[in-house]
Amino acid sequence: MSIAIADHVRNIPRSGIRDFFEIVQTMDDVVSLGIGEPDFATPWHIREAAIYALERGRTGYTSNLGLPRLRRSISDYVCRKFGLAYEPLSEVLVSVGVSEAIDLALRALLNPGDEVLYHEPCYVSYAPSITLARGVARAIETSAEDGFRLAASDLEAAITPRSRVLMLNFPTNPTGATMDPADLEEIAAVCIRHDLVVMTDEIYSELIFDGGTHTSIASLPGMKERTVFLHGVSKAFAMTGWRIGFACAPAALIEAMMKIHQYAILCAPIMGQDAAIEALERGDQSVEKMRKEYELRRNFITGSLNDMGLDCHKPKGAFYVFPKVFGLTSKEFSLRLLSEEKVAVVPGTAFGASGEGHVRCSFATGLEQIKVAMERMAGFVMRLRSQAPAG
Amino acid sequence: MDDLIDLLQQNALMPRPDMARLLGLDVDAVNSAIAKLEADGVVLGYQAIINREKWDADKVTAIIEVKITPERDGGFDRVAARIAKFEEVQSCYLLSGGYDLLIVIEAANLRTAAAFVAEKLSTIDAVQATATHFRLKTYKENGTFHHFAAAADRLAVSP
Repeated sequence: MSIAIADHVRNIPRSGIRDFFEIVQTMDDVVSLGIGEPDFATPWHIREAAIYALERGRTGYTSNLGLPRLRRSISDYVCRKFGLAYEPLSEVLVSVGVSEAIDLALRALLNPGDEVLYHEPCYVSYAPSITLARGVARAIETSAEDGFRLAASDLEAAITPRSRVLMLNFPTNPTGATMDPADLEEIAAVCIRHDLVVMTDEIYSELIFDGGTHTSIASLPGMKERTVFLHGVSKAFAMTGWRIGFACAPAALIEAMMKIHQYAILCAPIMGQDAAIEALERGDQSVEKMRKEYELRRNFITGSLNDMGLDCHKPKGAFYVFPKVFGLTSKEFSLRLLSEEKVAVVPGTAFGASGEGHVRCSFATGLEQIKVAMERMAGFVMRLRSQAPAG
Repeated sequence: MDDLIDLLQQNALMPRPDMARLLGLDVDAVNSAIAKLEADGVVLGYQAIINREKWDADKVTAIIEVKITPERDGGFDRVAARIAKFEEVQSCYLLSGGYDLLIVIEAANLRTAAAFVAEKLSTIDAVQATATHFRLKTYKENGTFHHFAAAADRLAVSP
């Protein structure tokens, strides 16, 4: 017999990244710019604190919401970095990565048929998570010309009477887009006017370049009470494998999210929670060191890509560049680059239809690897140009 | 400038065009910035980090604590300079705490190291006492690991 899979699950397409990963897996000597996680190991002082906690036998369950001590650390950190005051014991929930927190928030907020708006290209999980929560995913396209920022007018035009939630992710994976406070104020005004809840995934907010600062939409007047602030330690602290994220939101929503979390997950792993305390309380210097390194690599990779004629703006945040390709679709470009030069990049369409015409290159990879990748890519682009002079 | 100094400290041999691209500058600008750092005495020199187990393994490194009587006019500086000028002395620091100078010496073998301490260092008038520690093994030097190699596999492509 064949087991019938639920319709709403069966209809979700496989992640474009996964398809691509499976091809790369079969090849040797690939230089990968396709990796969406830091190439640094978690800073030693954080690993060491986790080892110490293990030695003391801290291996049990924690409170569903997360260790009270961690929630206080989160509350302090979010206050210090974002100017946002959350009550640690009722307005903070520790999740298994931001991905789980996104799922919890969507499931806690949506009734079947409610619409969720999000800007695209975007992280691969947004649309499927909305669908799994029985919501309707509504993408708002953004463009390279606009620096992949979300325009308030585009948001306004996409809103219908069923619109409930707006999901934001700045700095953005995969484009590296950021929003100025003035841009965010316009978005906030639209959200207040149309009574939207905002879920803001600010996982890359420490990785801001050129001396810029990050503003959270939750810090704007009238926004905190309608915003779910989502963050975690994965990217800035190089802690992807520890699986620790968190949500800060009004207590009633945190309580609703906790109901789902306690039955589905129980709690985030205590080892990760202990490590996250060390990261948030004493990790600033480690983050700054990595941030600086990313900034230099960003200069290198954008300089190289623009020199070879792949138009790309210099991202002000995160660790991705999203150059424009020519002559081929994103997918053809990525597949040929992989088979002819053994360089892995991710086709822009993995991040939504509006990613067509672009590829994502991660600079969370050592400089030596980036150098080799850029040399190989330059050769490929030169060949492509001679084959398709129209480009 | 900070970023350039960081790059030089990590790897002074990095090709200048790479440095330029990382810093978003042109090669001429990087060359002249380095020339200025050298001329201003900010960058004093460039050295290789040698793994002593693979090269010149007989060479002895000793770390010596030195207690000295400061001089009325010169303070610690004149005595320190006098000690630092011996070619065995690789590094010399003035410290707070239980003793005054910490010096690192390299010598061809144990005998010459001992001779340096007994005949040169201890006989200086201002030197009251010394305590010599011999290096047994180097784990990390100037930020570079000698022994552990850390490698972690990441997924080849991830979201």
